[in-house]
Amino acid sequence: MRAADGGDDAAYCRLLQALAPVVRGVVRHALLRAGAGTDDAEDVVQETLLAIHLKRHTWDRSAPIGPWINAITRYKTVDALRRRGRRAEQPLDDVVATLAAPPAEDGLSRRDAERALATLPGRTHQVVRSISLDGAGIGETARRLGISEGAVRVALHRGLKALARRFGGESA
Amino acid sequence: MRTEDLIRALAADRPRAVPPLPRLLAAALLAGLVVAVAGFLVELGVRADIREAAGTIRFLVKPATMLLLAASALATLPALARPGGRAGPGLLLAPLALAAAVAVELAVTPSGAWGGRLVGSNALVCLVAVPLLALPLLLALLGALRQGAPERPGRLGALAGTLAGALAAALYAIHCPDDSPLFVAAWYSLAIAVTTLAGAAAGRRLLRW
Repeated sequence: MRAADGGDDAAYCRLLQALAPVVRGVVRHALLRAGAGTDDAEDVVQETLLAIHLKRHTWDRSAPIGPWINAITRYKTVDALRRRGRRAEQPLDDVVATLAAPPAEDGLSRRDAERALATLPGRTHQVVRSISLDGAGIGETARRLGISEGAVRVALHRGLKALARRFGGESA
Repeated sequence: MRTEDLIRALAADRPRAVPPLPRLLAAALLAGLVVAVAGFLVELGVRADIREAAGTIRFLVKPATMLLLAASALATLPALARPGGRAGPGLLLAPLALAAAVAVELAVTPSGAWGGRLVGSNALVCLVAVPLLALPLLLALLGALRQGAPERPGRLGALAGTLAGALAAALYAIHCPDDSPLFVAAWYSLAIAVTTLAGAAAGRRLLRW
């Protein structure tokens, strides 16, 4: 994270990749302990990573990073459980079936992320899609869409913030 | 969407630097105070006998305890706005100081006078004016705190309400003709409880992330 503060994007990418499985483990454990299914665990993982990214200025640079990440993961998991509770709890059979089934480790989110991505407005949607799903860089995306790199950065940042907001179904 | 895809997008995004929370809070307090002081001067004004009153301990205890409460709330806000942060025991200072003042007041005044001092002459104005003066402060504070990431948004909002209420009460104290700690403990506390509850309700809605 300190390297990322200094503008080292590759180090930041490695940090997030290393964090993802840890966060995934914590989220699954918490969901199971709450007696909930882990179908949408990956949604919570992605939501947590988004929050870590967008709220990284709230990490006190003089404190260890572990408790900070744990707290964010906890908050997002509880938030997801609360939301799901409102949506109507799943029947117990489903939970048992989920427990028995081998956990999907493909890192694919099921519902929320797709839905949230789909609701982004045109240009923002194109930029986020190009960089995340197509794996294009900032420069390549700018060339492809015929806009400046600055505009790509702005659209990307705006898109990620909108994703974080809509993830939780804030508009719902 | 795969998590790896999302991470690619996150790594490509370089967020603009956010000013540190204490600076945002300072700016919010300044803006809120300008509005609150203007409202105070237009609608209430300083009490007529301020010169004599300012020399009495009873009068001075009012703004002193309120400013102590405001300072301890302000010192605690950043910790509650941060994931993993915890509130310290500092928030107990002002209530303890006020309790001590009440004890002294009970000791030095005859019990027959307690009732009159408790009820005072201006309680209703206090209950209306303090929350109204606190409103601009609370709104500005909530705006600044949206940059934070509180684990308990309601609790952070409540603390912001306490801070706004305490500052408003310190301001109102310059107008208020009732100087007994008994009055302060009853009515100022009640007014700050109102702003605290309002802050909690607003925080639960506005400070989620």
